[in-house]
Amino acid sequence: MSAATAVLVLLTIGTYAFKSAGPLFVGARPLPPRVQNLVDLLPAALLAALVAVSTFGVGESLVVDARAAGMVVAALALWRRVPFVIVIILASATTALVRLIA
Amino acid sequence: MSIVLAVAPFAIVFGAAAARTGLTFWETVGFSAFVFAGSVQFAAVQILGDGGSVASATIAGLLLGVRSLAFGIILAPVLAGPWWKRMAMSQVVLDESIAVGAVQPTRRWQRYGFLVTGVGVYVLWNICTIVGFVVFSGAEELVTDLGLDTAGPAALLALLWPRLSSPPQRRTAIAAGLIALACTPFMPAGVPILLSMFGVAAALLPPSLRRTRPT
Repeated sequence: MSAATAVLVLLTIGTYAFKSAGPLFVGARPLPPRVQNLVDLLPAALLAALVAVSTFGVGESLVVDARAAGMVVAALALWRRVPFVIVIILASATTALVRLIA
Repeated sequence: MSIVLAVAPFAIVFGAAAARTGLTFWETVGFSAFVFAGSVQFAAVQILGDGGSVASATIAGLLLGVRSLAFGIILAPVLAGPWWKRMAMSQVVLDESIAVGAVQPTRRWQRYGFLVTGVGVYVLWNICTIVGFVVFSGAEELVTDLGLDTAGPAALLALLWPRLSSPPQRRTAIAAGLIALACTPFMPAGVPILLSMFGVAAALLPPSLRRTRPT
């Protein structure tokens, strides 16, 4: 079994357990505020880390290359509330352009 | 309806990213059909693509998926019925379906809104994943020439963006990003992502420590 298949199987079980726990077992009881707080913050932490590493990481080293330029444009576009498709097109085009020039 | 259509480009980018990472067709389809949670799928594929281990890809995915636990609890009163029905309905517990369900006036409409949105997103998400995979697999040169290797990170940024609305979230995100970058040169891929969860501590700083700079 490949690594990807293993992750696929584990995450299928895990995410399904999370999704169904509420409707199946917990019912309408609210989470304790501390837990709820953590649940609200975790995605911000992990997504920010993934953004940072996927922008600057090449294996175990950090570089500032054409991807960073694309991401700056993506951030500006998101800030201006541009639709997602356009964000992706602008970011990719910027990266391509910087590569072409460099 | 537009909320359903909005997922299409995300799914195409996911399919393309999965192809780039070297996932097989069925693995890619499996992620969208069975895991079916955007940020969880993106995180797992990103970490696997960087050469991360099964454990770090899985744990990062689970940490991102844990919020569907909170969604499911919000929705529990709406999703009544026999256990097998509740089990089937929980697969489409998503940001989009919860958002549409939550704003409906009556419980019946809430359920209807949740289910229609959830099923709509499910169908479109899977079709577009296949499109992304098929179009971009084996096109490594095209992907680099068109700058599409930025599409995955940009999609992650778009997922992050709505979670930066409050100051504690922003502090968490900045701290997490710095932790991950600082750890990257010293650790196997994926581990820095997991350690970034301690960035949450930045949200819990007492107010007196927050502004050390003179203004």
